[in-house]
Amino acid sequence: MAGGTTEMLTIGLGHYLTVGAILFLLGVLGIFLNRKNVIVILMSIELILLSVNLNMVAFSAALQDLTGQIFTLFILTVAAAEAAIGLAIVVIYFRNRGSIEVEDISTLKG
Amino acid sequence: MIAALAFYVFAAILIASAAMVVTSRNPVHSVLFLILAFFNAAALFLIAGAEFLAMILVIVYVGAVAVLFLFIVMMLDIDFTQLREGFQRYAPVGAVIGGILFLELLFVFGSWQFAPEATALRINPMPADPTLTNTEALGRLLYTDYILLFQIAGLILLVAMIGAIVLTLRDKQPNSRRQDIAVQVARAEAVNLTSVPPRTGLGVLGIQRRKLPEPPKPKSLGHAGHGHGHDEDGHHGGGHH
Repeated sequence: MAGGTTEMLTIGLGHYLTVGAILFLLGVLGIFLNRKNVIVILMSIELILLSVNLNMVAFSAALQDLTGQIFTLFILTVAAAEAAIGLAIVVIYFRNRGSIEVEDISTLKG
Repeated sequence: MIAALAFYVFAAILIASAAMVVTSRNPVHSVLFLILAFFNAAALFLIAGAEFLAMILVIVYVGAVAVLFLFIVMMLDIDFTQLREGFQRYAPVGAVIGGILFLELLFVFGSWQFAPEATALRINPMPADPTLTNTEALGRLLYTDYILLFQIAGLILLVAMIGAIVLTLRDKQPNSRRQDIAVQVARAEAVNLTSVPPRTGLGVLGIQRRKLPEPPKPKSLGHAGHGHGHDEDGHHGGGHH
């Protein structure tokens, strides 16, 4: 693939990118499959961010450049903050409406 | 050889557990598979040489974020079977969009290669010193060149913490008596001063306290004792539906 070597036993950039791509697709698929459950949608977003981190680390290792790992650190930070805020919103929404179905969250008629 | 074998094992478990996160019926199982996925991703990070990030992934994601998910899933009283209804309906749409994305990623990977001057354009090349650990190299960068981003990341975490507290803090419960000093002092007949004749003793109270309203009595006291207790328990347990 990208690295040029197609040998199975040397793990290169292509292997990591393949795993990251499959993980990303699974995350996107999870958002579509679990249209009703907000918590699983948040977990799918976590999977997507994990695949992005995997790509960052793979490129960092392939290019021998530490910038990718630095940015992975910041992505992790933002992902943790996003999970905390999202779950807090889910909690107060459930407290107010007694449901976490996505289709019920249409009060704004958007 | 061993690293390649380990990579395939960890990648397979990672993808399988990610698929289980998405398709599992019970959200508690989803969270547990998410934890497994994070562990295997940490192993992949280790194979790629990012030791510090692997440890951070285990500590922050498994120790904090996934446990937070677990708390929320177990805390909310949700009928999970009802949440699964649209699964079959949305599966074709999701499969189509996933397939389109997969094809696009294939096109990107198929025609993409490194620029010839890519290694010359590196911003922070890894130090050649073999005694310098990954953690130390990252720290030397993070606390010098990226100090501003580092502080902004801390600020983001602070804002997230305050935001989560503000969102979930329940200030006024309807049945709790909270102290409101101004109202309590200003209300009439809170404290009465009556002149008591001397030597009439304590039988006549000099300071009278206004009567508090009686707490509402339980309605059905006429039942037999056992049945009543079970009724109460059942009501509290499944009352939300």
